[in-house]
Amino acid sequence: MSGVSTITADDVTVAPVPVSFWTRSRKVGVGFVVTGVLAAVIFGALATSETVRFTLSENASGAALKIDGTVGAILFGVIAAAAGGVLIAVPGKKWFSWMLAVGVVGLILSFLCWQISDAPAGQNFMPLVNMLRGTFLLAVPLIFGALAGVLCERSGVVNVAIEGQLLMGAFAGALVGTMTGSAWAGLFAAALGGAFVSLLLAVFTIRYVVDQVVMGIVLNLFAVGLTGFLYERLMQTDQQKYNQPPHFGVWEIPLLKDIPVLGPALFRSNIFLYTALILVAVIHVALFRTRWGLRTRSVGEHPTAADTLGVRVLGLRYRNVLLAGVVAGIGGASYTLLLYSFTKNMIGGKGFIALAALIFGRWSPTGALLAALFFGFADQLGTYLSAINSVIPSQFTAMLPYLATIFAVAGLVGRVRAPAADGKPYIKG
Amino acid sequence: MTDVKTDEKSEARRPSLGQLFLQNLWAANTVMVTVLAVVLALLIGAVLIIISDPDVLATYEYITARPSDALNSSWTVVSEAYANLFKGAIVNPEAVSAWISGDGDWQPVFAPISETLTYTAPLVFTGLSVALAFRGGLFNIGAQGQATVGVILTALAGFLLPLPPVIHLIVALLAGAVGGAIWGFIPGFLKARTGAHEVINTIMLNYVALYFLSWIIIQGGVHNPERTDAISKPVDSSAQLPRLLGDDLRVHAGILLAVAATWAVAWLLDRSTFGFELRAVGANPDAARTAGISVTATYTMVMVISGALAGLGGANMVIGSTANALTPAVVAQIGFDGILVALLGRVKPWGVALAALLFGALRAGGNTMQSFSGISLELVTVLQALIVIFIAAPALVKAIFRLRAARAARLSTSMAKGW
Repeated sequence: MSGVSTITADDVTVAPVPVSFWTRSRKVGVGFVVTGVLAAVIFGALATSETVRFTLSENASGAALKIDGTVGAILFGVIAAAAGGVLIAVPGKKWFSWMLAVGVVGLILSFLCWQISDAPAGQNFMPLVNMLRGTFLLAVPLIFGALAGVLCERSGVVNVAIEGQLLMGAFAGALVGTMTGSAWAGLFAAALGGAFVSLLLAVFTIRYVVDQVVMGIVLNLFAVGLTGFLYERLMQTDQQKYNQPPHFGVWEIPLLKDIPVLGPALFRSNIFLYTALILVAVIHVALFRTRWGLRTRSVGEHPTAADTLGVRVLGLRYRNVLLAGVVAGIGGASYTLLLYSFTKNMIGGKGFIALAALIFGRWSPTGALLAALFFGFADQLGTYLSAINSVIPSQFTAMLPYLATIFAVAGLVGRVRAPAADGKPYIKG
Repeated sequence: MTDVKTDEKSEARRPSLGQLFLQNLWAANTVMVTVLAVVLALLIGAVLIIISDPDVLATYEYITARPSDALNSSWTVVSEAYANLFKGAIVNPEAVSAWISGDGDWQPVFAPISETLTYTAPLVFTGLSVALAFRGGLFNIGAQGQATVGVILTALAGFLLPLPPVIHLIVALLAGAVGGAIWGFIPGFLKARTGAHEVINTIMLNYVALYFLSWIIIQGGVHNPERTDAISKPVDSSAQLPRLLGDDLRVHAGILLAVAATWAVAWLLDRSTFGFELRAVGANPDAARTAGISVTATYTMVMVISGALAGLGGANMVIGSTANALTPAVVAQIGFDGILVALLGRVKPWGVALAALLFGALRAGGNTMQSFSGISLELVTVLQALIVIFIAAPALVKAIFRLRAARAARLSTSMAKGW
């Protein structure tokens, strides 16, 4: 940067809009310095000098990344603090996301070094393949749910009914799958089940202009009641006939499955994971590169303007909400057409984590994917920690997605902003 | 446009009170829409009962040959179910005749009402909580979480503090209110300070509270050492709300507190300065700010009071007669049901109380329906959701029954304001 331009930049910042020294980047930086130092001191003190091994397999065997527990806890804490230092020293957007990632990963690794070194003897390792696979599997319903949210909310309809859509999908998948004996028929029915909830959401919020959040909440209760009622009346009386759905097996993808670590975790998986990842890519491209996407976004941001230009606002909203139901319904089927049979209220709040992932991912498909993976990791971490008898209760790791979302919307991690017309009914006039 | 003629006529001759009443009876007014929403919900519920009964469904396979079989069996199963719903919620005629003839006690006669009021009490609190926030322009979906934190603190105060009877009860109730208020303060404060949307934050806090509850139950000093499952120690009897009609009937003083709370909220909304500010902020925050009302302080205060009310609802669940110890499901669904109650009660305090009474009756009747007709209690959840769906879309009910337009158009559903 030349001297002249620096002066100009300073003049600009001083004159019309006084920019505070404490930019978002600097605030986050201070946060990382403080937590990083704390992590280095506290986790470092608590960690033992056992060797911590991150094995590149499903168990203790094979190659591994090794580090001394105490050294690791301190080192990674210091790295997180250093990332914070960079953010303070170099303000601006250039380094922000990279340093954010380094900081978060540093804190997590510091914490893990403490936990793993403190595990019972012989368990001082973390099988990375297992962790990665678990993370992706647990993220699958979240990805579908969050994508359903993206489709709805990008076109201006708040979707709090993700939970209900997932539940109805799971139920319809189990019921029809069992009755026809075909997993594919079950999958189709699951999509219709999700679309049914969406249809109610669309008709009541678009045609009858009911408050969208209200309708979403009521539909969740409706779905819980309806599936619970039919479960107790039909499925519990005759499991054989109504609730033993066929399951999709493991589909291995040739070549890709042999990639170390990633292969066994990602490409020896099931149809739902593949569909979810493909859908993220498809919806991302469609939303930002196609005419449909442009129209959808314009309807979500400024429906009046879109209408003036000849976009059928309500028609597009109907279509996208229904599409969202199909996506969420398929996500719900991942519960009943993969491993289990249907049980009452089996989604158990995952729909709201998906909503959190949508918000945390800032209403974008790729952001939602990353957020869903983060939440899936939190979930898997909870399982891992209770397996090594950690002092951290699993309930607290389970809270992580919800707390992270609160921090995100409060602007502590960076302001999130919903589509401008999200939740506002459009009345042509 | 045939009304023009009638209008001219009515101008010439003022209609009598009776005529006015008849005219307005079949109009889309609040009462009529509510009644018809309940009717529609019960109809859909009947369909669900029929299609989920294999025996009845079997008769439909030969409906063209003998339609009477299908109709009779459907009528039997539905009428029996709804009769049991009524018996469990309001009064059982058999118990009344037994009492009159001297064969039975008076308790069975009042048992259904007692059950209804027991289920009503916590719903009044959570309903008021949601309604109050609504009037202040906030959508409090967090009544569930606030009730959860309330129930935790109430229970802890109930078995950890050794206090004399009356004081113990008051302290336990206050603990519940404080717990709820803290959990309401967080989203209120965040909304006021950072603009973070309260819907998102309250949803998230619901789950944080739930996990906190399931954690604290199994901690030493809280967990009941005589049990292996996740249940806390029982609350001391000195902290329990007294029962109103003897030990055989479950109705307790919580319902009296609920009535008092309804009156208090009505007074707060309609008579107090804070209530005026609250409604002003709810109607138009920008105008309120211009008029010198502190919007941020109002938002925070609304959520604190709203949370305290929900916390009291939670307290009812552990010091009333429903349960006396913490379990992961101790608050049931009262927070989410509170949202439905608030909407059904048109976010007015006494309306909320009546709506809670209806929901309490459905819940109490649902228990009887489940034990005597084998109809899953979940049907009640479906009915409740359906009633509120129809209430929220009065235009739909109006179209189905071809109601006249109401004279005073009070049935607006314009609460939408997005994230």
